[in-house]
Amino acid sequence: MDFNDTPEEAAFRQRAQTFLAAHVQPRAGQTESLQKRLSDKEYMLAAKAYQKAKAENGFAGITWPKEQGGQGLAPIFSVIFGQEEGKFDAPAGPFTIGLGMCVPTVIAFATDAQKERHVGPALRGEEIWCQLFSEPSAGSDVAGLKTKAVRDGDDWVINGQKVWTSGAHYSDWGIVLVRTNADKAKHKGLSMFFIDMKSPGIEVRPIHQMSGGSNFNEVYFTDVRVSNSQMLGGEGNGWSVALVTLMNERLAVGGSPGPDYKEIFDWAKTMPGQDGGTLAEDQSFRQKVADWFVRAEGYKLAKFRTMTALSKGQTPGPESSIGKIITANQLQDITHNAMESMDHFGIITDAEYAPSEGVFQQSHMWAAGLRIAGGTDEILKNIIAERILGLPGDVRVDKDVAFKDLPSGR
Amino acid sequence: MNFDFSDDQKYLKEQARKFLSEQSSMAVVRAVLNDEQKSHDAGLWKAIAEMGWLGAAIPEEFGGLGLGELELCVLAEEMGRSLAPVPWASTVYFFAEAIKIAGTEAQKSAILPKLAEGGVIGCVAASEGPGEPRAANLKTIFDGTSVTGMKVPVTDGDCATHALVLAKHQDGTSLVIVDLTGAGVESKAIKTFDPTRSHATLTFTKAPAQLLGEAGDGEALLQRIYDRAAVLLSFEQIGGSQACLDMATDYAKGRYAFSRQIGSFQAIKHKLADMYVALEIARSNAFYGAWALSSDAPELPLAAAAARIAACDAYYLASKENIQTHGGMGFTWEVDCHLYYRRSKLLAVQAGAPSLWKEKLVRRLEMRNAA
Repeated sequence: MDFNDTPEEAAFRQRAQTFLAAHVQPRAGQTESLQKRLSDKEYMLAAKAYQKAKAENGFAGITWPKEQGGQGLAPIFSVIFGQEEGKFDAPAGPFTIGLGMCVPTVIAFATDAQKERHVGPALRGEEIWCQLFSEPSAGSDVAGLKTKAVRDGDDWVINGQKVWTSGAHYSDWGIVLVRTNADKAKHKGLSMFFIDMKSPGIEVRPIHQMSGGSNFNEVYFTDVRVSNSQMLGGEGNGWSVALVTLMNERLAVGGSPGPDYKEIFDWAKTMPGQDGGTLAEDQSFRQKVADWFVRAEGYKLAKFRTMTALSKGQTPGPESSIGKIITANQLQDITHNAMESMDHFGIITDAEYAPSEGVFQQSHMWAAGLRIAGGTDEILKNIIAERILGLPGDVRVDKDVAFKDLPSGR
Repeated sequence: MNFDFSDDQKYLKEQARKFLSEQSSMAVVRAVLNDEQKSHDAGLWKAIAEMGWLGAAIPEEFGGLGLGELELCVLAEEMGRSLAPVPWASTVYFFAEAIKIAGTEAQKSAILPKLAEGGVIGCVAASEGPGEPRAANLKTIFDGTSVTGMKVPVTDGDCATHALVLAKHQDGTSLVIVDLTGAGVESKAIKTFDPTRSHATLTFTKAPAQLLGEAGDGEALLQRIYDRAAVLLSFEQIGGSQACLDMATDYAKGRYAFSRQIGSFQAIKHKLADMYVALEIARSNAFYGAWALSSDAPELPLAAAAARIAACDAYYLASKENIQTHGGMGFTWEVDCHLYYRRSKLLAVQAGAPSLWKEKLVRRLEMRNAA
């Protein structure tokens, strides 16, 4: 039992560190992130330049086949690069979904000519991809989507609405899951297309989140034409194509999404406690710090177990599936406790007064969304129960019924 | 990255599970549960000794197998899963480890070979009343050659041959070894929440005792012993938690209500998923504890505390929700749920309750940050 890289992994890590040090700034010691310092336009240029540098130096498409311009390496190397990249303020965000989920789907299902056209530009950061699955009435139950495509000669005509689309406003291409046959059962009438996001009839509107910010979009489709040749995986096979997309979701290797036990404990040393001392001296608070530490460490160490499996060339065990349930709930709990421990003062978000410039308040808002995004707590627990523990699926009322005849509520 | 047990260690675990499923069946566990006179299963104890497990982590020069702590961890997990009704934890995690880290050569030679054969059963006699045993609340006294006082409760105190006794000594506390078969020792069995493991009061009247480690170092040494034992206990707790999760999962697949398997209801699924998540957090922390224990890392006190807290949480959750998943059947004597519920509580309060370990953990964090 040890935490050491194999010689090959160590050499790759070293190479990654050298590359990163030459191209991006370390996260530590920075007061403001690159994204905050730059305008949206400048940040996008920086992101594209960084992705280009990754491609030129052999750090793009690490696990992709060499014939697609990838590096043909085992998943452990992708994890190692992610670990190292996480230590830097690298502008990698705009490419996460495209390169992590969309383009692998294109690689799996598109023609050679289409791959030739699309994979290289995506890998070099010249084109950005987004994923258009969720809809207002199809979230956890994404196969219940209603956006429809109707055949018209060599084209299909798409009408409907997608929602929670990250990066739609700056994406060049997207993969979109639509209903091509409402007479078939829910999962059987779907098809997947890839589509030019600049096509006439596509309108992107930002979503005004409860946090006040806008990180996601709604995308409206009004008589949008797409060629039949851009269908991925064949008519009616959209659901199995979508499962390939979702399986390609990158192994979560990043750190925690906000303040963790260390941040709140450091901060508590500067806050008043109940008995004249600091908050960090309060017994009830200290007990919670221990719980937070145990969960944060547990998650970190579970990832080490995943890495071990990958390093040995094995498929990671189910321990990798618990991540977001732990981190999202922990973030909500920590920020909740930080705010309540300030008493009335905890309500202030004004950076002039709020300790740590209001990071706990901001993160407390964000945590509520994190528990929903990319699979709700409840869906993730269903996945654990059904796929890991082998419990039976829920009773299905929609299995052998034409989609058009299903009740859909509001 | 090689954060896992080796293939040999996994093989040992597999063999242990197979062995215990036969030798420590529920019938064996219940025989101890149902018989107040029976402190442990002597046949199982003998069989374990014959397998060499008691000396697994004892060096060969002292009659052991000379394997490491990682091997003990995998055995611990299986002992926990099987609820083995034997004084294994007291003897191996506490007593043997204490002699190994603090005993003189003479003490090691006198005790460890016999222990490896099954002829020595150890126990820890620290508690005298509610709360953490400390100099301020101890009445038992060591006068340099003998010990006088009363300890309660002592896990395995009625079947043990030797005890580690925490006693007031000079200005502080010392840890001493008492031969329980000698003069001045009276043991009396007491009833506890977990009758599958025996408990006693030990009364010492000028009982001959020899110092273990440095005089006056009792509490600190006991803490070092607890740090090691906590990791091993955490594996027992994981084994027990996994048994509960397996049991609840099986039941949820086979039990029908409202004309469906109850495992198809999300209320049950989410409950079992929560148990799974808690168990994975515990397992990952325990792995780190195992690494720290086996490599004598300075991180051991922090790692042990995290392993213990996570394991106590996981076992409590798994044992109570296993009962809940079984419904009314889970509350009967015949169904095994209560055996885990009992054992989970014993393992959580033995060697310091989780709240004490949480404070220890935070103090360690402060020390680490100050360094």
